[in-house]
Amino acid sequence: MVAIFVALVAWYVISIAVQSKPAFSTLGFSWIVGKVWAPNQGKYGLLPFILGTIETTAIALVLAIPIGLGTAVALAHLVPDRMRPPLSTAVELLAAVPSVVYGLWGLVVLAPVFREHVEPFLSSALGWTGLFNGPDNGVGLLLAGVILFIMVLPTMVAISRDVLAVVPKEQVEGAMALGATRWQVLRKVVIPGARTGILGGFTLAMGRALGETVAVALVIGNSPFIAHSIKAPAATLASLIVNNFGEASGTELSALFGAGLVLLLIGIAVNAMARVLVHSTARAGGASSVAVA
Amino acid sequence: MTTLSFDASSDPILVRRERIQSVAAASLGRRKIYSKIAVGVCWAFLVVAIIPLVAVIVYVVIKGLPAWSTDFFTHPTYPEGIPGGGVWNAIVGTAEIGFIGTAVAVPLGLLCGLFLAESDGRAAAAVRFTADVMTGVPSITIGIFGYIAIVKNFGYSGLAGAFSIGIIMLPVIIRAGETAIRGVPGHLNEAALALGARRATIARKVVVPAAMPGIITGVLLAVARGLGETAPLLLTIFGNQYMQWNPTKPMNALPLVIFENSSQPYADLVQIAWGAALLLMVVVLILSVGSRVLAAVLQKERR
Repeated sequence: MVAIFVALVAWYVISIAVQSKPAFSTLGFSWIVGKVWAPNQGKYGLLPFILGTIETTAIALVLAIPIGLGTAVALAHLVPDRMRPPLSTAVELLAAVPSVVYGLWGLVVLAPVFREHVEPFLSSALGWTGLFNGPDNGVGLLLAGVILFIMVLPTMVAISRDVLAVVPKEQVEGAMALGATRWQVLRKVVIPGARTGILGGFTLAMGRALGETVAVALVIGNSPFIAHSIKAPAATLASLIVNNFGEASGTELSALFGAGLVLLLIGIAVNAMARVLVHSTARAGGASSVAVA
Repeated sequence: MTTLSFDASSDPILVRRERIQSVAAASLGRRKIYSKIAVGVCWAFLVVAIIPLVAVIVYVVIKGLPAWSTDFFTHPTYPEGIPGGGVWNAIVGTAEIGFIGTAVAVPLGLLCGLFLAESDGRAAAAVRFTADVMTGVPSITIGIFGYIAIVKNFGYSGLAGAFSIGIIMLPVIIRAGETAIRGVPGHLNEAALALGARRATIARKVVVPAAMPGIITGVLLAVARGLGETAPLLLTIFGNQYMQWNPTKPMNALPLVIFENSSQPYADLVQIAWGAALLLMVVVLILSVGSRVLAAVLQKERR
């Protein structure tokens, strides 16, 4: 049985690699970093989509890291004991809401709000940075990043809360007995003790953001050009695949498989890293690293 | 009684204590203010995090409920302009795909989990790690795999979708099964061994029943996750606006309806998308909550 599972996984990785081989043999390796995606001219550059994937994930993480950490700290150590179980269950249930539902909400509800209010405000307040040039579309990199932020938040909070809660009570009480304030206890004892696990949770959330397909495809605007503004429409590797799969054939189909291969390899690397981080905290019980910190 | 000749003021440890106490007292006000601000920020972030998540759910309920009607549950999807369209074909598709995927993934996953729980070697650790990584790989790549493995040879079909969904559920079931089986107390195992039972018998009659609450929770959570997946279905079942019971043919599914209809310019089609989103969310939440309740009930019965 385990052999079947291992064989399936091997078949999965190898078949995608084999199917993308025609793209590598006709286009050479440089096509991966080509700037132009124009199937009718035989150009299949993936750079715009790799950048789009990195940019949306970066926006999501910039929002999710402080807010996710703050929420996890509040859930693990600030919320009254009675409220903790229902709030924690609610967070876990939110992680189960299908991503396409977030996409629908983002496109129908949030996109008009972004077009009418959020983007004009950001352009006038932060226009000098040059990040907010161009028209207010609603859909684009910014909205995709924000939707990803909302989607990865439950995952991140659930894991961070778990590792924050296993910090030994003796250490917390010891710090309190020394006269540390509540924030000093959190900042110097609780968070350092859970550091590796929190990092693992963030990495796991990053993996989810990198590979998310349908929610992003609905709200990113799907433009095959490199975006020059945070408000501009763009595309990610995953949204490229899902939008062009229906009509693709020949080299284009193989190039899409190649995009899938790039996504798969990134996904494996990020998830492997996350697992190592989360496991090392679980094994150490979150205690051993406190002494060093 | 003798008095100790002891000069407190010259003991370096006490001097140091004095100094620390005075520094701590002097900075107490500042530290308290910092603490108040930081704790306040954490609370604010909790609120910021809750608002969009609650907003999503509230919107889906408010916009989805009006779409629910008899037609919605009994008619297949109609194109724009024809009133009375529903999602019956998508419900059938999601149910069949979910059922077939689960029927294949559960026995395979549980046997793998049982094996992992019984073995501690390097090979088992590698399989465990592989399963963990597989739970997080982008689901679209599993759709590509379904396309290459099934669709390229047999065409678009509900079965190709069930294959992809099964592969998404498999690692979740493996790890949940292993965790549940590992949680079974060792003395149950040893008692059965002492009675002369074979390992296969012990697994079937002692370990698996004792691990049942955890197994059921894990399986239901895996099913909840599998039913909500959209990207793999887009590449494997193709979508079908007509009624289709035969899983060897292209089918429709609820996530697909949401995805296709949400970017339509027609209000009635977007309405169907909201209705389908509410239905999918209710099913997923019932599975998630149900798994917890069922596990709790089974746990209680065993005592």
